[in-house]
Amino acid sequence: MALQAIAFYLLAAVTIAAGFGVVSARNPVHSVLFLILAFFSAAGLFVLMGAEFLAMLLVVVYVGAVAVLFLFVVMMLDVDFAALRQGFARSMPLGAAVAGILAFEMVAVSAVVANRGAAGASEGPLAATPDAPNAEAIGRVLYTDYVYFFQAAGLVLLVAMIGAIVLTLRHKPGVKRQVIADQVARTPATGMRVVSAKPGEGIQE
Amino acid sequence: MIIGLSHYLAVAAILFTIGVFGIFVNRKNIIVILMSIELILLAVNINFVAFSAFLHNAIGQIYAMFILTVAAAEAAVGLAILVTFFRNRGDIAVDDASVMKG
Repeated sequence: MALQAIAFYLLAAVTIAAGFGVVSARNPVHSVLFLILAFFSAAGLFVLMGAEFLAMLLVVVYVGAVAVLFLFVVMMLDVDFAALRQGFARSMPLGAAVAGILAFEMVAVSAVVANRGAAGASEGPLAATPDAPNAEAIGRVLYTDYVYFFQAAGLVLLVAMIGAIVLTLRHKPGVKRQVIADQVARTPATGMRVVSAKPGEGIQE
Repeated sequence: MIIGLSHYLAVAAILFTIGVFGIFVNRKNIIVILMSIELILLAVNINFVAFSAFLHNAIGQIYAMFILTVAAAEAAVGLAILVTFFRNRGDIAVDDASVMKG
């Protein structure tokens, strides 16, 4: 149990410190790297809670796809990031005040809620009583009761992919492209003509 | 020392607050705002997984998976809009992005 506590406090501290690094780093590339660190440590917390499948999903989806997408965009856009930090010091007091009040309220409520109801009587996280592996438990629920939601999630991803492509696809003028409809619609009448050539003279265009 | 549900909820609450703070202080830099939203969604996911684990009920993890899906879609579309905006304006300062105001 002591080892679990040490792991929890280490991962929680790294997660929160990396989260703070995301919002306060001067360079957005550093922000993205802090974001990756935050997701990794959060995945560690998930493993600690016995949600191994979701931890791996977090690493694959977030670190592998989303964070790399962020990194790609940050490095691709040529922006003066120093100018974007103009209002940082000005909105700092208000932001800190709101954040402090919000954190106090949420921690207070969670401390009260956690000790009441069914969760308060729980003897520990799911990993302490392994009746089925985590991935199997998720699969049994996901592919039976939540199968339509699963399909809807796939549809959401499809629409997001199409939307991203439609938004960023750009047709440059002056670039020759293949128009398949024109190629298919081509007939012998439009594609060729018969020119009668006299002997010894050839064809003059 | 037992690590209980309240510990995980406290971590999630602090992470959520950091995300809100990031939106407050970086209101010009939309890339950092998007990353702050990702932090907020991560905090929500930690809450879902913590309750799922301590209530011994897998449905919370299913919901966390759906949140993950929506967050990935949101990041992809948001960054695509950002790239289009940068192409049109040559800048990503969003505090004066009012071209759609009548």
